Amino acid sequence: MELEAAAALGKYIGAGLATTGMAGAGIGVGYVVGNYLTGALRNPAAAAGQTATMFIGIALSEAMGIFGFLIAILLLFAV
Amino acid sequence: MASEEHQGSFIHPMEQFIVKPLFGDGGDVGTLTITNAALWMLLSVAAVAALTIWGTRGRALVPSRIQSVAELMYGFVRNMVEEVAGKGSMAYFPYIFTLFAFILGANMLSMIPMSFAPTAHFAITVPLALAVFISVTAIGFIKHGIGFLGFFWPKEAPGWLRPFLCLVEIFSYFTRPVSHSIRLGANILAGHAVLKVFAGLFAMMVFGGLGALAVLPLAMMVAMTALEVLVAFLQAYVFAILTCVYLHDALHMH
Repeated sequence: MELEAAAALGKYIGAGLATTGMAGAGIGVGYVVGNYLTGALRNPAAAAGQTATMFIGIALSEAMGIFGFLIAILLLFAV
Repeated sequence: MASEEHQGSFIHPMEQFIVKPLFGDGGDVGTLTITNAALWMLLSVAAVAALTIWGTRGRALVPSRIQSVAELMYGFVRNMVEEVAGKGSMAYFPYIFTLFAFILGANMLSMIPMSFAPTAHFAITVPLALAVFISVTAIGFIKHGIGFLGFFWPKEAPGWLRPFLCLVEIFSYFTRPVSHSIRLGANILAGHAVLKVFAGLFAMMVFGGLGALAVLPLAMMVAMTALEVLVAFLQAYVFAILTCVYLHDALHMH
Protein backbone atom coordinates (compact mmCIF):
# COMPACT_ATOMS: atom_id res chain seq x y z
CA MET A 1 0.00 0.00 0.00
CA GLU A 2 2.70 2.45 0.96
CA LEU A 3 4.72 1.41 -2.05
CA GLU A 4 1.78 2.22 -4.30
CA ALA A 5 1.40 5.63 -2.71
CA ALA A 6 5.10 6.29 -3.18
CA ALA A 7 4.85 5.21 -6.82
CA ALA A 8 1.90 7.54 -7.41
CA LEU A 9 3.77 10.36 -5.69
CA GLY A 10 6.81 9.78 -7.84
CA LYS A 11 4.62 9.66 -10.93
CA TYR A 12 3.05 13.04 -10.30
CA ILE A 13 6.31 14.69 -9.22
CA GLY A 14 7.97 13.28 -12.31
CA ALA A 15 5.21 14.53 -14.57
CA GLY A 16 5.47 17.97 -13.03
CA LEU A 17 9.24 18.00 -13.45
CA ALA A 18 8.92 16.88 -17.06
CA THR A 19 6.78 19.89 -17.89
CA THR A 20 9.60 22.23 -16.82
CA GLY A 21 11.32 21.15 -20.02
CA MET A 22 8.77 23.22 -21.88
CA ALA A 23 10.31 26.38 -20.36
CA GLY A 24 13.33 25.74 -22.53
CA ALA A 25 11.12 25.43 -25.59
CA GLY A 26 9.56 28.77 -24.72
CA ILE A 27 12.97 30.41 -24.46
CA GLY A 28 14.01 28.82 -27.75
CA VAL A 29 10.93 29.96 -29.64
CA GLY A 30 11.35 33.45 -28.21
CA TYR A 31 14.95 33.51 -29.40
CA VAL A 32 13.99 32.44 -32.91
CA VAL A 33 11.21 35.00 -33.30
CA GLY A 34 13.22 37.77 -31.61
CA ASN A 35 16.19 37.26 -33.88
CA TYR A 36 13.93 37.03 -36.91
CA LEU A 37 12.38 40.36 -35.94
CA THR A 38 15.77 41.98 -35.42
CA GLY A 39 16.83 40.88 -38.86
CA ALA A 40 13.50 41.79 -40.42
CA LEU A 41 13.58 45.33 -39.02
CA ARG A 42 17.08 45.87 -40.37
CA ASN A 43 16.25 44.58 -43.80
CA PRO A 44 12.47 44.57 -44.27
CA ALA A 45 12.80 43.75 -47.96
CA ALA A 46 14.26 40.31 -47.20
CA ALA A 47 11.84 39.55 -44.35
CA ALA A 48 9.02 38.00 -46.37
CA GLY A 49 11.30 35.38 -47.87
CA GLN A 50 12.45 34.16 -44.47
CA THR A 51 9.13 33.65 -42.67
CA ALA A 52 9.05 30.00 -43.73
CA THR A 53 12.54 29.51 -42.29
CA MET A 54 11.38 31.14 -39.07
CA PHE A 55 8.47 28.73 -38.76
CA ILE A 56 10.77 25.77 -39.38
CA GLY A 57 13.05 27.10 -36.65
CA ILE A 58 10.11 27.50 -34.29
CA ALA A 59 8.91 23.98 -35.02
CA LEU A 60 12.34 22.46 -34.45
CA SER A 61 13.03 24.28 -31.19
CA GLU A 62 9.54 23.45 -30.01
CA ALA A 63 10.25 19.76 -30.45
CA MET A 64 12.31 19.49 -27.26
CA GLY A 65 9.49 20.96 -25.18
CA ILE A 66 7.13 18.53 -26.85
CA PHE A 67 9.29 15.61 -25.73
CA GLY A 68 8.96 16.92 -22.17
CA PHE A 69 5.20 17.11 -22.58
CA LEU A 70 5.19 13.59 -23.99
CA ILE A 71 7.07 12.27 -20.96
CA ALA A 72 4.56 13.99 -18.67
CA ILE A 73 1.59 12.51 -20.55
CA LEU A 74 3.22 9.06 -20.55
CA LEU A 75 3.86 9.25 -16.81
CA LEU A 76 0.30 10.34 -16.08
CA PHE A 77 -1.64 8.02 -18.35
CA ALA A 78 0.59 5.17 -19.53
CA VAL A 79 2.97 4.17 -16.71
CA MET B 1 -14.30 29.28 -3.39
CA ALA B 2 -17.90 29.04 -2.30
CA SER B 3 -18.48 25.67 -3.87
CA GLU B 4 -15.83 23.48 -2.36
CA GLU B 5 -18.00 20.40 -2.61
CA HIS B 6 -18.47 20.87 -6.36
CA GLN B 7 -14.82 21.13 -7.20
CA GLY B 8 -13.50 18.45 -9.45
CA SER B 9 -16.95 17.15 -10.28
CA PHE B 10 -17.92 19.98 -12.60
CA ILE B 11 -16.30 19.66 -15.99
CA HIS B 12 -13.34 17.43 -16.48
CA PRO B 13 -11.03 19.07 -19.03
CA MET B 14 -10.10 15.74 -20.64
CA GLU B 15 -13.65 14.44 -20.97
CA GLN B 16 -14.10 16.09 -24.38
CA PHE B 17 -11.48 13.77 -25.90
CA ILE B 18 -13.29 10.52 -25.15
CA VAL B 19 -13.97 8.58 -28.33
CA LYS B 20 -17.42 7.03 -28.26
CA PRO B 21 -19.65 5.36 -30.83
CA LEU B 22 -22.48 7.56 -32.07
CA PHE B 23 -25.06 4.86 -32.73
CA GLY B 24 -26.10 1.75 -30.86
CA ASP B 25 -25.92 1.14 -27.15
CA GLY B 26 -22.45 2.62 -26.70
CA GLY B 27 -20.77 -0.77 -26.63
CA ASP B 28 -17.32 -1.67 -27.88
CA VAL B 29 -15.64 0.18 -30.72
CA GLY B 30 -14.80 -1.96 -33.74
CA THR B 31 -13.04 -1.19 -37.01
CA LEU B 32 -16.12 0.16 -38.78
CA THR B 33 -17.89 1.76 -35.83
CA ILE B 34 -18.91 5.35 -36.54
CA THR B 35 -17.41 7.19 -33.59
CA ASN B 36 -17.41 10.92 -32.96
CA ALA B 37 -13.78 11.00 -34.14
CA ALA B 38 -14.74 9.37 -37.43
CA LEU B 39 -17.69 11.73 -37.84
CA TRP B 40 -15.60 14.88 -37.40
CA MET B 41 -12.88 13.61 -39.70
CA LEU B 42 -15.51 12.87 -42.33
CA LEU B 43 -16.96 16.33 -41.80
CA SER B 44 -13.58 17.96 -42.32
CA VAL B 45 -13.03 15.94 -45.50
CA ALA B 46 -16.50 17.00 -46.65
CA ALA B 47 -15.77 20.65 -45.85
CA VAL B 48 -12.50 20.60 -47.80
CA ALA B 49 -14.12 18.76 -50.72
CA ALA B 50 -17.01 21.24 -50.76
CA LEU B 51 -14.65 24.20 -50.73
CA THR B 52 -12.43 22.93 -53.53
CA ILE B 53 -15.20 21.50 -55.75
CA TRP B 54 -17.55 24.42 -55.26
CA GLY B 55 -14.72 26.92 -55.52
CA THR B 56 -13.48 25.64 -58.86
CA ARG B 57 -16.92 25.13 -60.40
CA GLY B 58 -17.30 28.65 -61.84
CA ARG B 59 -13.70 29.20 -62.94
CA ALA B 60 -14.52 32.85 -63.40
CA LEU B 61 -11.87 35.36 -64.42
CA VAL B 62 -13.05 37.60 -61.61
CA PRO B 63 -13.35 35.05 -58.80
CA SER B 64 -16.36 34.83 -56.55
CA ARG B 65 -15.79 34.84 -52.82
CA ILE B 66 -15.60 31.08 -52.43
CA GLN B 67 -13.41 30.76 -55.50
CA SER B 68 -10.93 33.28 -54.15
CA VAL B 69 -10.75 31.40 -50.85
CA ALA B 70 -10.03 28.15 -52.69
CA GLU B 71 -7.45 29.89 -54.90
CA LEU B 72 -5.84 31.49 -51.87
CA MET B 73 -5.41 28.13 -50.17
CA TYR B 74 -4.11 26.50 -53.33
CA GLY B 75 -1.65 29.31 -54.03
CA PHE B 76 -0.48 29.37 -50.43
CA VAL B 77 0.40 25.68 -50.34
CA ARG B 78 1.84 25.80 -53.86
CA ASN B 79 4.18 28.64 -52.94
CA MET B 80 5.25 26.82 -49.81
CA VAL B 81 6.03 23.58 -51.66
CA GLU B 82 7.93 25.45 -54.37
CA GLU B 83 9.97 27.52 -51.95
CA VAL B 84 10.74 24.98 -49.26
CA ALA B 85 10.85 21.60 -51.01
CA GLY B 86 12.71 22.93 -54.05
CA LYS B 87 12.96 21.64 -57.60
CA GLY B 88 11.08 18.53 -58.70
CA SER B 89 8.75 18.62 -55.71
CA MET B 90 5.61 19.64 -57.57
CA ALA B 91 4.78 15.96 -58.14
CA TYR B 92 4.15 15.68 -54.40
CA PHE B 93 2.07 18.85 -54.17
CA PRO B 94 -1.31 17.01 -54.11
CA TYR B 95 -0.25 14.98 -51.09
CA ILE B 96 0.95 18.00 -49.14
CA PHE B 97 -2.14 19.98 -50.08
CA THR B 98 -4.33 17.10 -48.90
CA LEU B 99 -2.46 16.91 -45.60
CA PHE B 100 -2.68 20.67 -45.07
CA ALA B 101 -6.35 20.91 -46.02
CA PHE B 102 -7.38 17.92 -43.90
CA ILE B 103 -5.53 19.09 -40.80
CA LEU B 104 -6.71 22.67 -41.24
CA GLY B 105 -10.29 21.49 -41.69
CA ALA B 106 -10.18 19.21 -38.66
CA ASN B 107 -8.52 21.89 -36.49
CA MET B 108 -10.94 24.60 -37.52
CA LEU B 109 -14.06 22.44 -37.16
CA SER B 110 -12.90 21.42 -33.69
CA MET B 111 -13.15 25.09 -32.66
CA ILE B 112 -16.95 24.83 -32.91
CA PRO B 113 -18.31 24.46 -29.36
CA MET B 114 -19.39 20.90 -28.44
CA SER B 115 -17.53 19.48 -31.42
CA PHE B 116 -14.72 16.97 -31.30
CA ALA B 117 -11.02 17.46 -32.04
CA PRO B 118 -9.73 14.42 -33.96
CA THR B 119 -6.26 15.97 -34.40
CA ALA B 120 -5.85 16.06 -30.61
CA HIS B 121 -5.55 12.27 -30.71
CA PHE B 122 -2.15 10.71 -31.18
CA ALA B 123 -3.96 7.76 -32.73
CA ILE B 124 -4.77 10.07 -35.65
CA THR B 125 -1.66 12.27 -35.83
CA VAL B 126 0.82 9.39 -35.56
CA PRO B 127 -0.41 7.61 -38.72
CA LEU B 128 -0.34 10.96 -40.59
CA ALA B 129 3.27 11.55 -39.54
CA LEU B 130 4.27 7.91 -40.14
CA ALA B 131 2.84 8.05 -43.65
CA VAL B 132 4.97 11.14 -44.33
CA PHE B 133 8.06 9.50 -42.77
CA ILE B 134 7.74 6.24 -44.69
CA SER B 135 6.89 7.81 -48.03
CA VAL B 136 9.66 10.42 -47.75
CA THR B 137 12.23 7.75 -46.85
CA ALA B 138 11.01 5.65 -49.77
CA ILE B 139 11.31 8.65 -52.11
CA GLY B 140 14.86 9.20 -50.91
CA PHE B 141 15.87 5.60 -51.58
CA ILE B 142 14.10 5.48 -54.95
CA LYS B 143 15.72 8.72 -56.09
CA HIS B 144 19.26 8.16 -54.81
CA GLY B 145 19.38 4.40 -54.38
CA ILE B 146 21.67 3.17 -51.63
CA GLY B 147 23.45 6.54 -51.86
CA PHE B 148 20.67 8.00 -49.75
CA LEU B 149 22.52 6.57 -46.75
CA GLY B 150 25.14 9.26 -47.42
CA PHE B 151 22.58 11.66 -46.02
CA PHE B 152 23.59 10.43 -42.58
CA TRP B 153 27.34 10.83 -43.17
CA PRO B 154 28.42 14.44 -42.59
CA LYS B 155 31.20 15.08 -45.11
CA GLU B 156 32.10 18.60 -43.96
CA ALA B 157 32.88 17.63 -40.34
CA PRO B 158 36.44 16.76 -39.20
CA GLY B 159 37.21 13.08 -39.66
CA TRP B 160 37.18 11.78 -36.09
CA LEU B 161 33.88 13.53 -35.38
CA ARG B 162 32.03 11.93 -38.28
CA PRO B 163 30.94 8.62 -36.64
CA PHE B 164 29.46 10.48 -33.67
CA LEU B 165 27.69 13.00 -35.87
CA CYS B 166 26.44 10.12 -37.96
CA LEU B 167 24.82 8.61 -34.86
CA VAL B 168 23.27 11.97 -34.01
CA GLU B 169 21.95 12.30 -37.57
CA ILE B 170 20.39 8.85 -37.48
CA PHE B 171 18.82 9.53 -34.11
CA SER B 172 17.41 12.87 -35.19
CA TYR B 173 16.08 11.29 -38.38
CA PHE B 174 14.12 8.72 -36.41
CA THR B 175 12.76 11.26 -33.92
CA ARG B 176 11.22 13.16 -36.84
CA PRO B 177 7.91 11.25 -36.96
CA VAL B 178 7.70 11.45 -33.14
CA SER B 179 8.01 15.22 -32.93
CA HIS B 180 6.05 15.68 -36.16
CA SER B 181 2.99 13.89 -34.80
CA ILE B 182 3.23 14.88 -31.13
CA ARG B 183 3.58 18.56 -32.03
CA LEU B 184 0.22 18.66 -33.76
CA GLY B 185 -1.53 16.42 -31.26
CA ALA B 186 -0.12 18.11 -28.15
CA ASN B 187 -0.84 21.64 -29.35
CA ILE B 188 -4.48 20.91 -30.12
CA LEU B 189 -4.89 18.77 -26.99
CA ALA B 190 -3.41 21.43 -24.70
CA GLY B 191 -5.41 24.23 -26.31
CA HIS B 192 -8.75 22.48 -25.97
CA ALA B 193 -7.96 21.35 -22.42
CA VAL B 194 -7.14 24.94 -21.41
CA LEU B 195 -10.40 26.17 -22.96
CA LYS B 196 -12.31 23.59 -20.93
CA VAL B 197 -10.44 24.51 -17.75
CA PHE B 198 -11.53 28.14 -18.10
CA ALA B 199 -15.06 27.04 -18.99
CA GLY B 200 -15.15 24.93 -15.82
CA LEU B 201 -13.84 27.86 -13.78
CA PHE B 202 -16.56 30.09 -15.26
CA ALA B 203 -19.29 27.58 -14.43
CA MET B 204 -17.91 27.11 -10.93
CA MET B 205 -17.89 30.86 -10.28
CA VAL B 206 -21.39 31.43 -11.66
CA PHE B 207 -22.95 28.58 -9.69
CA GLY B 208 -20.80 29.33 -6.65
CA GLY B 209 -22.21 32.85 -6.32
CA LEU B 210 -19.20 34.77 -7.62
CA GLY B 211 -21.11 36.09 -10.63
CA ALA B 212 -19.22 39.36 -11.09
CA LEU B 213 -15.79 37.76 -10.90
CA ALA B 214 -16.83 35.20 -13.52
CA VAL B 215 -16.16 37.85 -16.16
CA LEU B 216 -12.44 37.10 -15.77
CA PRO B 217 -12.47 33.47 -16.95
CA LEU B 218 -15.00 34.43 -19.63
CA ALA B 219 -12.67 37.11 -20.99
CA MET B 220 -9.81 34.62 -20.80
CA MET B 221 -11.89 32.13 -22.79
CA VAL B 222 -12.56 34.68 -25.53
CA ALA B 223 -8.85 35.49 -25.75
CA MET B 224 -7.89 31.79 -25.72
CA THR B 225 -10.42 31.03 -28.46
CA ALA B 226 -8.82 33.68 -30.65
CA LEU B 227 -5.39 32.23 -29.92
CA GLU B 228 -6.61 28.70 -30.63
CA VAL B 229 -7.94 29.71 -34.05
CA LEU B 230 -4.45 31.02 -34.79
CA VAL B 231 -2.87 27.82 -33.44
CA ALA B 232 -5.28 25.71 -35.51
CA PHE B 233 -4.02 27.37 -38.67
CA LEU B 234 -0.40 27.50 -37.54
CA GLN B 235 -0.19 23.80 -36.69
CA ALA B 236 -1.61 22.80 -40.06
CA TYR B 237 0.95 25.12 -41.68
CA VAL B 238 3.81 23.76 -39.58
CA PHE B 239 2.83 20.16 -40.32
CA ALA B 240 2.78 20.88 -44.06
CA ILE B 241 5.98 22.91 -44.07
CA LEU B 242 7.88 20.24 -42.12
CA THR B 243 6.67 17.69 -44.66
CA CYS B 244 8.17 19.97 -47.32
CA VAL B 245 11.46 20.16 -45.39
CA TYR B 246 11.67 16.37 -45.10
CA LEU B 247 10.82 16.05 -48.77
CA HIS B 248 13.56 18.52 -49.63
CA ASP B 249 16.05 16.41 -47.67
CA ALA B 250 14.97 13.30 -49.53
CA LEU B 251 15.05 14.92 -52.96
CA HIS B 252 18.22 16.99 -52.64
CA MET B 253 20.11 15.42 -49.69
CA HIS B 254 20.71 18.49 -47.45
